[in-house]
Amino acid sequence: MAADFNWAVGGEAGDGIDSTGKIFAQALSRAGRHVFTSKDFASRIRGGYTAYKVRTSVDKVQSVVDRLDVLIALTPRTIEENLEELHEGSVIIYDGERTTMQDVEIPEEMIGIDVPLKRLAEEAGGAIMRNVVALGAACEVAEFPIENLDSALEKRFSDKGQKLVDNNKEAARAGQSYVAEEYDHEFDYDLETTDEDYVLLNGDEAIGMGAIAAGCRFYAGYPITPATDVMTYLTGRIERYGGHVVQAEDELSAINMALGAARGGARSMTATSGPGIDLMTETFGLIATSETPLVICNVMRSGPSTGMPTKQEQGDLNQMLYGGHGEVPRFVLAPTTIAECFWKTVEAFNLAEKYQLPVYLTADLSMAVTEQTFSPDTFDMDEVEVDRGFVVDEADIDDHMSDSGGFQPHEITDDGISPRAFPGTADGAHMSTGLEHDEQGRRTEDTEMRVEQVDKRNRKVETARQREDWSPREFGDADADTLVVTWGSNEGALAEAVEFLADDGYDVRVLSVPYIFPRPDLSEDVAAAENVIVVECNEQGQFADLVEHDVLERVDRINKYNGVRFKADELADDIKATLSEGVEA
Amino acid sequence: MSSDIRFTDFKSDKQPTWCPGCGDFGTMNGMMKALAETGNDPDNTFVVAGIGCSGKIGTYMHSYALHGVHGRALPVGTGVKMARPDIEVMVAGGDGDGYSIGAGHFVHAVRRNVDMTYVVMDNRIYGLTKGQASPTSREDFETSTSPEGPKQPPVNPHALALASGATFIAQSFSSDALRHQEIIQKAVEHDGFGFVNVYSPCVTFNDVDTYDYFRDSLVDLKETDHDPSDKAAAKDVIFDDETEHQGVIYQDEESVPYHERHGVDEDMSVIPDGAPEGATDLVREFY
Repeated sequence: MAADFNWAVGGEAGDGIDSTGKIFAQALSRAGRHVFTSKDFASRIRGGYTAYKVRTSVDKVQSVVDRLDVLIALTPRTIEENLEELHEGSVIIYDGERTTMQDVEIPEEMIGIDVPLKRLAEEAGGAIMRNVVALGAACEVAEFPIENLDSALEKRFSDKGQKLVDNNKEAARAGQSYVAEEYDHEFDYDLETTDEDYVLLNGDEAIGMGAIAAGCRFYAGYPITPATDVMTYLTGRIERYGGHVVQAEDELSAINMALGAARGGARSMTATSGPGIDLMTETFGLIATSETPLVICNVMRSGPSTGMPTKQEQGDLNQMLYGGHGEVPRFVLAPTTIAECFWKTVEAFNLAEKYQLPVYLTADLSMAVTEQTFSPDTFDMDEVEVDRGFVVDEADIDDHMSDSGGFQPHEITDDGISPRAFPGTADGAHMSTGLEHDEQGRRTEDTEMRVEQVDKRNRKVETARQREDWSPREFGDADADTLVVTWGSNEGALAEAVEFLADDGYDVRVLSVPYIFPRPDLSEDVAAAENVIVVECNEQGQFADLVEHDVLERVDRINKYNGVRFKADELADDIKATLSEGVEA
Repeated sequence: MSSDIRFTDFKSDKQPTWCPGCGDFGTMNGMMKALAETGNDPDNTFVVAGIGCSGKIGTYMHSYALHGVHGRALPVGTGVKMARPDIEVMVAGGDGDGYSIGAGHFVHAVRRNVDMTYVVMDNRIYGLTKGQASPTSREDFETSTSPEGPKQPPVNPHALALASGATFIAQSFSSDALRHQEIIQKAVEHDGFGFVNVYSPCVTFNDVDTYDYFRDSLVDLKETDHDPSDKAAAKDVIFDDETEHQGVIYQDEESVPYHERHGVDEDMSVIPDGAPEGATDLVREFY
């Protein structure tokens, strides 16, 4: 891989760190360089410490690393927070005229570049542009053609008038010239440009774009870090495609609105994070029992409870797999890259409608708020397919009527999938309910119908197992003795780690799993490996538990779910029957 | 939609299991008649029901329907109506569903002013769980969970609605069949959120708020000089603790429903079988 360059801007929340970083990342992307960004941020509007980091190379970058080459430090704390990542020869750009920075000490082995950011910005038209002065200075240090920064500034400010764009360009040049004139120093960086076209986006945006591409028309949500970006992305965009976003009063409402829209026949979704998932779990069983297609996006953050709302964790896996009382069929998808966030969202909508059940689509904080460059072809809209599953209209509804003439939205079928009729379809009127019901959706406690409906709902999952592709992505050395398994957003870091390991003589085979339920059967892969390591961002190893579960010896099971307790004589017969089946087998 | 729709078309083939004499029979009949009278039929109607005795209404009526989670009927109705502006949406639930577990949603549904009807079957008691205090129970109403009464004032749902910016506030009585139907019908025809609290007596667990009590005490606003478009007058009716009223208490004739304010008028169930036209513009934005 070509040399990578690691850059950051840091200061207090409210210093404009985010937009400054985004402008630089955009400039690099527009220069045909690959970019991977990350953020250090706190759950507050002002103060504290926040930073935006950019890793760039002409080759693909898909992870952060523990190294920082150039740092724009607006506060002394920015330097303290990054001491471990800074190294000998790292450049620190700061404004020595800023009161808080006057006594700042630049570590001896590093290069301090003192630029009067505020003064130069004022000369260019306003102190607010001091960060752009710093970006100009960074361009000079990194030998990065400033025209690319111009391009990013135009994108950022063009809707606010040419004057503002010009002022910003001037501010950037002031920073650049200042460094060129005042610092007679040769830096080792040379950020070359290429002719490649890239788009730069984060996971939340990829999910939002995937939703629109998939024909999602209705979104209801309640703001929560780090899922809010899905809602802000959709707002103002989904309307152009005939859709609508509602900010609900809470997550209880959000998921029920989404459910209502889905019953109306719309492709519908909501997105939230852990605390919101807890509330939405209330409605989870209803979605499954009423066989309503719904996509629930969970952008995970550090829990439990309020936890660390702006920090990374993959701790909700068990909640998504098992949350909700009773036994609830569901799918759980976990895209492993930002590009996959787009495609798995499309897939989630298709799966939800084909199998008429809730689909969890889970990303996590680090993937949701970090941006990465991709070729625009990665998101080829012509490749998007919409499969609405088994929907009946007025022409074919007669084939799905009961003897008494009622439509049967829960018809018992071989594959478990029943017909759907959207409101407005003549003769399709029917009840959907969280109560156990018969084929028409009418409440029942009949023991046989109960069992038939439970089996039918579970049969959909078995059908999906057979019909769909649940494969993991594989990379590394296919013949290696060591198997590393991971899920969700760790794929990028692991892909680069494999290269580091290979350099040191360690060969590993990696399986990156985007499907948690149903999931690929890894038992043969596990058996074939000498060492198996499961990598995930949580303490308990929730996915590791699943891998272990899947390779365990199977036991015989006696289950009863018709609403009646076990009876002694019946149970004795069941056990005898199970044993005789075992003998015959 | 056919013109010969009768209210019995909205009846399902399930026999109600409500106690004989329950107010909910009359409440439901009025709803079905109002729907038929306003030109709706079961295939273009969506009924959302809450949980409790009242929640069973979705089962006894014939239409597209969802019987959902306790307290969440209004958000479901909101979602249906936004996705399908062409469908008539009626939400029904009890006083517990609407003013206790679902009170938060009530306030915001009122504010949104989505063009749907909300019927609260108010019996001032929890019936299905066999007689506990409800949010509209009287302060001294003795129940199994409040042996000396709840010792807290009942919720005033009309006041809650008015304070939340309601555009239609009404009260009816299930036993006054014609008036009840007429009031529901006005709510259905209202351009926005039509809220009707219905006194729907529980004959089994409430021996205070009985048919006789309401018959004797109800004052019909139609027979007074009350002007429903006068918000100040509506406030006086709502805060009159001495009198039980029926009729339209408040109606904003200028009401602009949610879908008009937000330009949500498409049938969202119709989508192309690939990405929508112009979707590539979304990718270009990320250059």
